[in-house]
Amino acid sequence: MTFDSRLFRRWIHRASQAAAGLAALAPLSAAYAEWELNMPRGVTLISREAYDQHMLMLWWCVGIGVVVFGAMFYSMFRHRRAAGHAAANFHHNTFAEIVWTVIPVVILVLMAIPATRALIVMEDTSEADMTLKVTGHQWKWRYEYLEDDVDFFSSLAPESREAIYSDPYATDNYLLEVDNEVVLPVGRKVRILLTADDVIHAWWVPALGMKKDAIPGFINELWTRIDEPGIYRGQCAELCGKDHGFMPIVVRAVPDEEYVAWVDDRHAAQELVAQEALRDWTVEELMVRGREIYITACAACHQQNGQGLPPSFPAITGSEIATGPLDAHLDRVMNGKPGTAMAAFAQQLGDSDLAAVITYQRNALGNAVGDSVQPSAVRAAR
Amino acid sequence: MSAATTRDAHDDAHHDDHHHHGPEPGVMRWVYTTNHKDIGTLYLVFSFLMLLLGGLLALGIRTELWSPGLQFVEPDFFNQLTTMHALIMVFGAIMPATVGFANWMVPLMIGAPDMALPRLNNWSFWLLPFAFALLISTFFMEGGAPAAGWTLYAPLVLQGGANLPFAIFAIHLMGIASVMGAINIIVTILNMRAPGMTLLKMPLFIWTWLITAFLLVAAMPVFAGAVTMLLTDKFFGTSFFDAAGGGDPVLFQHIFWFFGHPEVYIMILPSFGIVSQVIPTFARKPLFGYESMVYATASIAFLSFIVWAHHMFTVGMPLAGELFFMYTTMLIAVPTGVKVFNWVATMWRGSMTFETPMLYAIAFVILFTLGGFSGLMLAIVPSDFQYHDTYFVVAHFHYVLVTGSLFGIFAGVYYWLPKWTGNMYDERLGKWHFWLSTIFVNILFFPQHFLGLAGMPRRVPDYAVQFADWNMVSSIGGFGFGLSQLLFAWIVLQCCRGGKQATAEVWDGSDGLEWTVPSPAPYHTFETPPAVR
Repeated sequence: MTFDSRLFRRWIHRASQAAAGLAALAPLSAAYAEWELNMPRGVTLISREAYDQHMLMLWWCVGIGVVVFGAMFYSMFRHRRAAGHAAANFHHNTFAEIVWTVIPVVILVLMAIPATRALIVMEDTSEADMTLKVTGHQWKWRYEYLEDDVDFFSSLAPESREAIYSDPYATDNYLLEVDNEVVLPVGRKVRILLTADDVIHAWWVPALGMKKDAIPGFINELWTRIDEPGIYRGQCAELCGKDHGFMPIVVRAVPDEEYVAWVDDRHAAQELVAQEALRDWTVEELMVRGREIYITACAACHQQNGQGLPPSFPAITGSEIATGPLDAHLDRVMNGKPGTAMAAFAQQLGDSDLAAVITYQRNALGNAVGDSVQPSAVRAAR
Repeated sequence: MSAATTRDAHDDAHHDDHHHHGPEPGVMRWVYTTNHKDIGTLYLVFSFLMLLLGGLLALGIRTELWSPGLQFVEPDFFNQLTTMHALIMVFGAIMPATVGFANWMVPLMIGAPDMALPRLNNWSFWLLPFAFALLISTFFMEGGAPAAGWTLYAPLVLQGGANLPFAIFAIHLMGIASVMGAINIIVTILNMRAPGMTLLKMPLFIWTWLITAFLLVAAMPVFAGAVTMLLTDKFFGTSFFDAAGGGDPVLFQHIFWFFGHPEVYIMILPSFGIVSQVIPTFARKPLFGYESMVYATASIAFLSFIVWAHHMFTVGMPLAGELFFMYTTMLIAVPTGVKVFNWVATMWRGSMTFETPMLYAIAFVILFTLGGFSGLMLAIVPSDFQYHDTYFVVAHFHYVLVTGSLFGIFAGVYYWLPKWTGNMYDERLGKWHFWLSTIFVNILFFPQHFLGLAGMPRRVPDYAVQFADWNMVSSIGGFGFGLSQLLFAWIVLQCCRGGKQATAEVWDGSDGLEWTVPSPAPYHTFETPPAVR
């Protein structure tokens, strides 16, 4: 049988037509990227390097697989006893053994050269335009823009958390939405410093192409330069305890001017929060704000209804702390409980937010202590 | 006693009733036994029970991952399931199963009457039920079982409660058991081979186990050290891994993987050996490249000690470190490739038949190679930054551990079961077991490559909705694969109870000392050493 290249080409053509047809249908059926098969190509130099190396390796493996498995299936088909094949009796062939040791070595060198080149590019964090410090906490991220003096925490969006036990399809970007997005300027080289407060986390946005561990006591670094404006979503990638699956990352890449405007907005907001903390709040204001804070900061462990998950995560409802003296409650929330999962929130939340969430805990979730806390009391306790 | 033994050896015909040659009656036979065949059986039965338990935990995982949202278990319990699934499968199912094969087959294949250290052998096994009783009991403790992953990374693992000291003690017991078993195997192979069986005449299964045993002796104490440091960090005020006390969380990962990477070869090398026995038998042709197989196995074992940090490429190593571990890891492909090529060359121009052991061996070669391909991809650091800690990694190591190690074990069970029981298993049911397992295991694990590439992290109880479809497919595969193993239990039970009488040779292409003794192998074999050409 001779190889008919025309036939082969026609077959390829037909296959590619069919693939194009399927691709055209895809947007109709897939509101989300369902049945996704491959790594995203991403929007940074790094992600494209990763993707190119991935595809290169994939095709090497396919090629090797076709040769090896081809020989195997040919042998299984032809060298069967049922096909009347009598066994030969050879048991080594030095030449063949040298060939199939040397050829893999050559292939590996061919694989290693581009991989090394790519890795050197990916690990070069020098000459960055700005620096973003990322700190992993159980189970949220803190972002500090070192040059621009912006500082905030980012947690799973309340809509996603509420959908966990009801209907994940009812909310957009289930588990990949946060309350505060990271905003970065397009086209700028951003150096990202990574560390952690409690256990090891890993910061990963697939479209940006790299993940790296955030480790207590260490500062790791990676860099990114985003080419296209857009929203890019990722997750913590290192098991970090109960809510490892619930600490997403959302990066919004915007043009320079928008970034500057966002930084200004942030400064104004930070200023407003500082101002707000100086006035007295009504109980209603505290309760409304308190509920929001409770869902993002407390509900992961103590649950939305305040019942907790004893013994590791005690209930707020009817708890000695939340229904007892105010000072002790304030102390527990601000300073945490060493040796347990209860974190210290003094650095994570502002005066108003702490006052609000403590008021909420004392007067909701089945508790009705009746008192409230003002931001000034929190400030005094610092 | 020794006089009796000598006399019996000359007096085969009627030694059954009056001498010490039969097993003790009753349950105490299994408690007191120092017979390698009894202990081999104990190991194999124990490992199958652990396989079922570990599988049950895996089905818990796949049930929760059936669809997005939390429906069945809480995140903390989910983490307990993944952690315990791995610990039980690695230390309870795969490792004891391979030790079971070593116990049964090493003396039979080298022409020795028993293991060199029979009492130690008994103790090695009987530590295991206690170790696993301790480990499993943590499920019923306050705060539940360990939930920091089988890798036990500090500092997360130190947040664990009452389970931590129990798990660590259990790991110490398993480690002692493994090291004693390994020493026994080394001593047996080096000292008790039949006259004429030089090292390079040993069957390949013996070679792979000899090398595995050295890996065990070298690696397990490192693990014991790592978990002991966790223990002192938790209870005795040290700060090995606590950054706040001047310690280093990354140190734990280095120590763990210095053990952990040899550990994966501890789990796969015995299966390499089994497959290297099975393929020549059913190809009716000697193993191709025997000596290169031996050297390839030894090279893999050596390389396994200098590749550990490829499990930690995202930990923030210097560029030079990343390059070193990338190159050494890629090198492993060379000896592994040699093995695969040799297996294919063994099949080449043979006269193949496809009984169940051969089917499993062929599936092993193909699917293990797939796992090898994804391993090679994972070695490439630039793309590993994307693969790391995703379902792509989960797919990779399940291809090498399930369709690799476990399929090798299945091949071995079907291959030697007639020798152990004296009966042929039901070939038709065996083929059913093979096809069901092979189809479902691919439905289970192949889509996990896609999930990982699309961005799904591993060890999460819940996921974004774009991962829903492949997760459901994977769960279907999981249930199919799990249930198929009940058929395996039935086939083995049925074979133990009866069936077509097996001949001494069992397979018409069989070659080796184990096929020179009757089927079932008598309680004592090779009391006088056989002659090896």
